[in-house]
Amino acid sequence: MYRYDEFDRAFVAARIAEYRDQVERRLAGEITEDQFKPLRLMNGVYLQLHAYMLRVAVPYGTLSARQMRMLAHIARKYDRGYGHFTTRQNIQYNWPSLADTPAILEDLAKVEMHAIQTSGNCIRNVTTDHFAGAAADEVADPRPHAEILRQWSSVHPEFSYLPRKFKIAVTGAQKDRAAIQTHDIGLQLKRTDIGELGFAVWVGGGQGRTPILARKIRDFLPEADLLSYVTAILRVYNLNGRRDNKYKARIKILVSEIGAEKFAAAVEREWETLKDGELRLPAEDIAAISAYFAPPQLPARAEGVVNEIAAKKQNAGFTAWHRQNITAHRHPDYAVVTISLKGIGEIPGDASADQMDAVADLAEEYGFSEIRVSHEQNLVLPHVARADLKAVHDRLVEIHLATANAGLVTDIIACPGLDYCALANARSIPVAQEIATRFASPARQAEIGELKLKISGCINACGHHHVGHIGILGVEKKGAELYQITLGGSADENASIGEIVGRGFSPEQITDAIETVVETYLAQRSGHEESFIAFYRRAGAAPFREALYGADARAA
Amino acid sequence: MKILTANRLVDGEVVWLAADHSWVGAIDGAEIAHDAATEKKLARAGHAAFLRNEVVDVNLIDIALVDGRVEPQRLRECIRAAGPTVRRDLGKQAVAALSRAA
Repeated sequence: MYRYDEFDRAFVAARIAEYRDQVERRLAGEITEDQFKPLRLMNGVYLQLHAYMLRVAVPYGTLSARQMRMLAHIARKYDRGYGHFTTRQNIQYNWPSLADTPAILEDLAKVEMHAIQTSGNCIRNVTTDHFAGAAADEVADPRPHAEILRQWSSVHPEFSYLPRKFKIAVTGAQKDRAAIQTHDIGLQLKRTDIGELGFAVWVGGGQGRTPILARKIRDFLPEADLLSYVTAILRVYNLNGRRDNKYKARIKILVSEIGAEKFAAAVEREWETLKDGELRLPAEDIAAISAYFAPPQLPARAEGVVNEIAAKKQNAGFTAWHRQNITAHRHPDYAVVTISLKGIGEIPGDASADQMDAVADLAEEYGFSEIRVSHEQNLVLPHVARADLKAVHDRLVEIHLATANAGLVTDIIACPGLDYCALANARSIPVAQEIATRFASPARQAEIGELKLKISGCINACGHHHVGHIGILGVEKKGAELYQITLGGSADENASIGEIVGRGFSPEQITDAIETVVETYLAQRSGHEESFIAFYRRAGAAPFREALYGADARAA
Repeated sequence: MKILTANRLVDGEVVWLAADHSWVGAIDGAEIAHDAATEKKLARAGHAAFLRNEVVDVNLIDIALVDGRVEPQRLRECIRAAGPTVRRDLGKQAVAALSRAA
């Protein structure tokens, strides 16, 4: 993975010294809250319901075992013994004292991490496929390009005060696990027939109160032109994006207002002036960054297949976990392991300090010290020998992280919601917990098959409800929580925005309503091979409306 | 009826304004405004504390008295007063549970 050079180290150290001084001046009363708030936000420090919250960047979701141990240490020393992994592949601490935040940033810097640009109207953490560098179906590892974008966008003078925040995602495979069509810029790595590497470029996607899918504005952008082209996009947005209305300030509004064709033409015009300039990426620079992401040497472990078969015979729990949480690795003797942070009845995305340490130990012993955070709020060990899967599984059982539910109905994305978040209108976590508990039976989950359920506690949509096969949006109505259901959303290469199915449900009704939706699908699907999303695309919302609202639906 | 709430600057702790103009960490210690004049007094005291850099995010919130105890009208404020509903071991509710056990 990427290692800081002298410049990076000096930059982060200087930034922490500056922030420490800002905090000291604030606590001494030398600067006002209005002056201080944008400064703390630039360093990832928010104020939430109960306390401050620190959002730490996990660049493109990649962590080393050493970094994970530091995250555990911070959870123990400065927080309440846990952290929350987010849908932006980051980690949030819910209880830090403002006075401690400079010390936390100093500890993070020891392992080459920081919280810069995890807030504000700037380019945020660049996200990628959580199986990057390991997946069998990958064209190329997207992380070198994400790192190039990270370096270019860090305190970029032209793009630090954009009309609104800006999110870039990069995927290296045709199967989109990075949800690129819901990002301001989505990049899909591809190779031409003659082996040239480049990107399909998507722009103008986003969720929030106005969900819009990105439009493809270029089918192939050569790798060397990455920064000049992205600069052209940002420049067109920076100059033309609205600054008069926060809710219309994202690039998605600009692209949909002027149209993707006009937007693309403006980008191409701007790019003409940039593409042969200093932003053109030299092959040796790409190679130098790529070298940091060179895959580990994976020795042949051909005994894996035999071990797996033996383990499956002995242990039904292992078999279920293997079926659900293992993904094909490009090396046939290895596998990608998804560690579910969605234990039945647990809080989606939360991990205790002890669990973080244990995952770090596992990564060191069995996974070349590599860990990934997924936008689905799980952890991933990207390189585990198949021969070691049983040992890894057994250790995960010990730390209560062996839930075999990746991609199933209980693998729910949920934002922190009203239990923590100052923006939320309704709680998300207890809804997720109750639904997961209702569908706890492994046999029932397997029968249902792949089902992406996503919950947000407000219209800002951090819980990605718009792109859930089943989405739940919590709102406040007459002082009470109410939950709207959307159906048919998807965040993969066949992305779609879910449609509201009808009136909302109270906290007491929502789990029953979700069960009705799932039972309707099970009763009417053509067979087990027809997934929930495939059924919805064939049958539409009508069967669900009928089941949920009966005569009311027919009258409407 | 209203009370005044804020977060303490140094650590973000949820606090309420008491009758002696100190900030207390338990909602039952808050001074209750039964009329507009007292609301104004609370708001002024809160703003002064904000300017003295003691607290941030100062707000008057609606409450009711239920069996003599202060109960916020909005769920958001109930959660601020107690802690996350999904982690009863955290926040003010955890402290209350400990003191009951002691």
